[in-house]
This record gives sequence, structure tokens and C-alpha cells, in this order.
Amino acid sequence: MSDFVSSFWNLYVIVLVVASIAGCAWLLLATGRIKVASKDTPKDAAGKSAVGVTGHVWDDDLQEYNNPLPKWWSNLFWITIVFAVVYLILYPGLGTFRGVLDWTSSGAYAKERSTFDERLAPLYAKYAKMDVEQIAGDAAARQTGERMFLNYCSPCHGSDAGGSRGFPNLRDHDWLYGGAPEKIIETVTGGRMGVMPAFGPVLGDDGVRNAAAYVRSLSGLPHDNLRAQLGRAVFAQNCAACHGADGKGNQALGAPNLTDDIWMFGSSEQTIAHGITDGHNADYAGGPTPMPAFKDTLSPAQIRVIAAYVWSLSNAPAHAK
Amino acid sequence: MVTSTVATSVAATGTAATFNYKIVRWFAIMSVVWGVVGMLVGVIIAAQLLWPALNFDIAWLTYGRLRPLHTNAVIFAFGGSALFATSYYCVQRTCQARLYSDALAAFTFWGWNAVIVLAVITLPLGITSSKEYAELEWPIDILITLVWVAYAVVFFGTIARRTTPHIYVANWFFGAYILTIALLHVVNSAELPVSFVGWKSYSAYAGVQDAMVQWWYGHNAVGFFLTAGFLGMMYYFVPKQAGRPIYSYRLSVVHFWALIFTYMWAGPHHLHYTALPDWTQSLGMVFSLILLAPSWGGMINGVMTLSGAWHKLREDPILKFLIVSLSFYGMSTFEGPMMSIKTVNALSHYTDWTIGHVHSGALGWVAFITIGSLYYLLPRMFGKSEMWSIPLITAHFWIATIGVVLYIAAMWIAGVMQGLMWRATNADGTLTYAFVESVKATYPFYAIRLVGGLLFLGGMLLMTYNMIRTIAGSKPYDAPIPAGIVAHA
Repeated sequence: MSDFVSSFWNLYVIVLVVASIAGCAWLLLATGRIKVASKDTPKDAAGKSAVGVTGHVWDDDLQEYNNPLPKWWSNLFWITIVFAVVYLILYPGLGTFRGVLDWTSSGAYAKERSTFDERLAPLYAKYAKMDVEQIAGDAAARQTGERMFLNYCSPCHGSDAGGSRGFPNLRDHDWLYGGAPEKIIETVTGGRMGVMPAFGPVLGDDGVRNAAAYVRSLSGLPHDNLRAQLGRAVFAQNCAACHGADGKGNQALGAPNLTDDIWMFGSSEQTIAHGITDGHNADYAGGPTPMPAFKDTLSPAQIRVIAAYVWSLSNAPAHAK
Repeated sequence: MVTSTVATSVAATGTAATFNYKIVRWFAIMSVVWGVVGMLVGVIIAAQLLWPALNFDIAWLTYGRLRPLHTNAVIFAFGGSALFATSYYCVQRTCQARLYSDALAAFTFWGWNAVIVLAVITLPLGITSSKEYAELEWPIDILITLVWVAYAVVFFGTIARRTTPHIYVANWFFGAYILTIALLHVVNSAELPVSFVGWKSYSAYAGVQDAMVQWWYGHNAVGFFLTAGFLGMMYYFVPKQAGRPIYSYRLSVVHFWALIFTYMWAGPHHLHYTALPDWTQSLGMVFSLILLAPSWGGMINGVMTLSGAWHKLREDPILKFLIVSLSFYGMSTFEGPMMSIKTVNALSHYTDWTIGHVHSGALGWVAFITIGSLYYLLPRMFGKSEMWSIPLITAHFWIATIGVVLYIAAMWIAGVMQGLMWRATNADGTLTYAFVESVKATYPFYAIRLVGGLLFLGGMLLMTYNMIRTIAGSKPYDAPIPAGIVAHA
């Protein structure tokens, strides 16, 4: 086992454990054996032989009886000690000794997981063969997709898939990377790492404000005409490469369309200027969290079912039952 | 006896030596004050869970910053001050000696309160080492270390100059708590400051080792700060208030040694089903189970001390506090080992059950034993035999009891419900409930918990009023050290 850098530490753990458990047992044996009441034990008021005090007195009146350990309590203690010994024989605990049952938490997980996978295999084998449009039309599959969406996707995209600042709305017809079924599957499987670089250092304050004005003009938002005129050249030189000469975006890069009224971060001049200055990337606190890849979490068939649910949010299922 | 001759001669010259009650008085009063503050913060964050808008969009008031303030304030400010007060009182009374050093004792008071004030400032500002129950940053950690060393010197110095032949059992527990907390604090807080002029530091440990050290510390903070220390309190104030001898000396020997040896191992049960190696998890579980009997030994010794004097429980609200605290202690030390069993933990972990468990210990055991002990202690600090109003103590007892019961029952139900909701699956392999549904289902229980917390805080306010009336118009009192008392059989 790689938990120990040398066999010394293995031995160290075993010796300490055994000594600690044996120490508890010894404590119980040693104190249980001492005789409690002697012949000259004082009688209490009722004349019954009472257990004597130890004879020590503190602070005027603090004294101690020396009653024997309650039997049930000693038994309870013994039971836990015996349990400990048995458990450490059966399960890992004594250093590198794996235990008679050869149990590991990763093994237990793998077993549980494979039982589940086996049970669900026929169901997902069926989905794997269906079109996304077909799955979307299957009521049971759509429900499965919705439940998975609520667990895996809703933390960012919202329970209603309406998105939030920095996280796209999945109910509209606007897609950063494309809304075709295969594109959605691609997005969920591999994730997306859209990055808007920071242009502040390149453009300077004035350049940023001009570009922002021009961007606002693209979707007909109120803007400073002069700045927008100046911004046109800035845009062509710096932004058009990704967002296109007409500002309509590029789904191959995930560069959003700037001519519509859909804004993932907001459309105020200040917000746009911030975006241009600092960019939208993982280093910037206001930037997006990249869409994570689910290929290691979910099976291709599961991803298909989720994609079908997402697709159905903005498309009428083709073969609705 | 040398001591008795000295004491007699001192008495003869008319300047009888007194105990240092001043430091006890200060800590006892501050314990009540910090108790109110800490519990108020607790009530605020309980309300925030119900109405998140109560953070008013101010970073300083957000849950994430106030929660460590709450835990630090109730554990280290309220509980810590109570432990300082009672240990300084108990060690002097049972050793029949004045504290080893008045100056060092005063330093522990001002130093500890400086730590608390720094916590109140830095935690809301977001200055944190992010280690649970050890959030304070490195400069404060150093101050804590200095205060603790001074505390140890005062405490053990006083034990060394005792005029009684034996060391009373309460002092074993106080001693174990002081030594172990020193060890825990120094090891867990080992960290490297980024610079000597800033607050930020990084832990000396990384990854799963850091988690393990953290919970070795965290669970032993429970075991030694919140258990051993308060058992020390119990061993002095229960027999004193009941006027009965401790039930069994040998039981105290067995459960003391078993408790301090096995607690050390229990930390890994906080890390079940994590990256921590399986063998470590097993040991955490096994020793947590062994811990059941040693913990109950303390409960039995406290409760059975009352045998033959059960009637006192009817009239004496202080005894009610003390004995009910032991019932809660027994309950939570049964619950703890059960929760440490891996299969139970698979359900309980990360749910509000844990919060319920902690509060049955923190409110039911720690706060109740503290409140009972302070009601005994406070009047004696001012030359009185009892508090200004006994009915007010009775009222406090019932309000607090109802508060605890509401709190922990709500959290138990909420916790088990969350655990069951999180693991529920459908036939298609999907989870039945999204996480947010379990949050929504918890709201009614958050409301009940808030009511419980409000009641508990209300009880503390009654206590504060009772304390003010007790102190009002009376002079601080420092009891003389009885001359030449040496216990004999």
C-alpha cells in the first residue's frame, strides 16, 4: 500500500492501535478486580452497609465514594472492545493489513455502480439507438432527461433552463455553439471553453468606450454616434476575427451574435466596456465558468437523453407520442 | 505543617491571604456577555438560512463570514471564558492555594479577550485561514499560544503549590484539557505567513493530510475543550451543589484515562467516504465506538452523585441545569458513536443531523453545565450565597430546555429527511430530488430551529439581567484561604 513511506509507519500504527485497545481492556480488568467494600465499611442511615468514601476531602466537603463500576457499564465497554477487535480483523485498519474480508471503499463503490449499470443497461441501450428528436418525443425519456438536467445542469443554467448572468439561456433559439442535436451532444460531452480575451491593455480606455458604443449600435441600442463611428474601425481590427465583420458571431468559436437583443452578461455600456477591458475568461472574477465536460460523469446514452431534453426546450419534438 | 504555620501566622498578623477571585469574577461575567453575543450571531445566521436577504447584501454580514464568528464566539469566547473562570476557581478551592501568578492570570484574561475582539473584527472582514474552528489567522494564533502557555503555567503552578495531599478529579480533567488544547492548537495551526505584515498564511499541510490534521484537531477540540474541560466543571459543581460525594472514584479513574486516550483517535470519522485511506477511516470509527462507555462513565458519575438526594432536583433549578446537562451529554455521546458508524454516516453526513448533534452537545451539555456552574459561582464572587432571583433561574431553565429540544428535534428530522432525499433514486437511475428540493423541504425546520435558538438566547438575556441585579450594589468578594486545612481520612 502506498499510504506509508516505510514499513516503520505501518508497524507504528499497528502497535499504537493494539496498545490502545489493550490499554482499555487492562484499565477495565485492573479496576474491576479491586475489592470495594471492606468489613469496616461504614453503615448508612438505613443501617445497610454503604460503600465508603475514599477518605480524601477537598474544599470543605468534596468527597468521593468508591462504588464499583456499574456492571452494565463494564459490559458495554467490553462489547465495544470486542467489536473493535473483530472489526479490525475483518476490515482494513491495522496499517497495511487489508482485513479478512478484503473490503475497500473503492471496491464497494465499483460493485454498487456495476449493479446499477447492469440494471439500467437495457433502458439506455434503447435510447442509444434512438434519434435525439425521437427521445425528445418519448415521455419517459424526456422525464429522465429533465431529472438529469435538474441534477447536473440546473446549478448554472437554472431549474427552468433560463440561464443567469454568464450562463446561457437554453430555452431561446440563440445558440453560442449551435442548437442542432449533434452540437448539443458535443457541448455536453466535451464541454466548452469559450474565452473572450481582455482588450483593455491593447485598446486603452478610449478605444474600449468607442468599441462599446459601436457594439451597442449593432443591435440598435442608444449610443454615442461619434464614438460608434470611431469604434467601427476598432471593431474591424480587433473583434471581427471572432464576432464576424457584421458582428453576427461565429458558432464554431462560440463567439456570440452581437446584433440581437440577447446578452449573457448585460447590455449596458458599462458592462460591455468591462467585458472588452477584462475579457470573459476564468481568470476574471466576473467571467464565465467554462461549461464542464460530462464525458467522464455520464455515459454517451445519458448525454443523449440530456441533449434531447435541452433540444426539446426550444424545439417541438418531431415524433411526439 | 509548614503551610499551616505560615497561614496561622498570616492570620495572626491580620492580613489573611485570599483566593484570587478577581480573575474568576472577570471571566465569569465575560462568559455571560460573550454567550449573549455568540448566541445572537447564531440566531442571526439561523434567520439568514430562512430569509437570505437578511445579509443585506453586505459582505461582512454574509452567512459564510458570520458562521465562523458564531462558532468561535460560543466555543472559545463563551465556553472558553467559562472554562477559565471555573478552572481558576476550582483549582484554587481544591488546592487551597492562591493562583500561582496573579499577573499571568490577568494576562490570560486580557489576552483571551483580545483574541476574541480580534476574531470579531477579522472574521467578518473575511480574514480567515479557512480551517474549521481554527479560522483565526497567524498573528492571532500566536497570541492564543502565548495566552495558553500562561494559562498552563498558572494552572499547573497552582497545582504544584497545593496544600492538599491529593489532586482532585476535576483538576485532572482541567489539566488534560489545557495540555491537549496546547498540542492541538500548535500542530493544527502550523502555517506559513505570506508576509510578516499581512494576515494571509498557508497551512503547513496539504491535501488529505491537511484534512486529517484539521479533523484530528476539530474532533479533539470537541473532546478536550468541549468535553474534558466541562467534565472538570461537572466534577466540581455537581457534588458541590448537590452536597453529595462523587459516586465512584474508580469510575472516574477508568473513564478519565479511557476518554483521553480514545478521543485522540476519533477524528477520521469526520472524513468517512473521502480520499482518506480506508484503514484510517476504520480506526476513526472503531475508536469512536469504544468512546461510548468512557463518555457515559462521566455521565453516570455525575448523575449518580445525586442518588440519595433526588428530591433536591425538584426545588433547585441550578441542579436541574447541571443534571439535565448530563442527560444531554449522555444523549449526544451515544449519538456521536452511532453517527461514526460508516453506514449511518453515509446517511447523516453533510446533513443538518450533524448540526442537531453538535447543538445537543453544545447547548444541552456545554451551555447547560456552564449556566448551572455560573449560577453557583456568580453570587459567591460578590459575597452572596445565591443569585438575585431563583424563580428567574427556574424560568431560564425551562425556556432553555424547550429551546434545545425544539432546536435538536428540528435538525434531526431535517437531517434524516435530507439524507433520505439525497439518496432516493428512480427506476431510471436518476435522483428523485434535485438538491434545491431538499433545501425547500428544510425551510419549516429552519423556522423551528430559529424559534429554538431565540428561546435559548432569551434565556441568556434573563441570566444577564439576573446577573446584573445580583452584582448591583454588592462589593467584589475575595474569600480567605482557610488556614492549614489538610484532608485526612
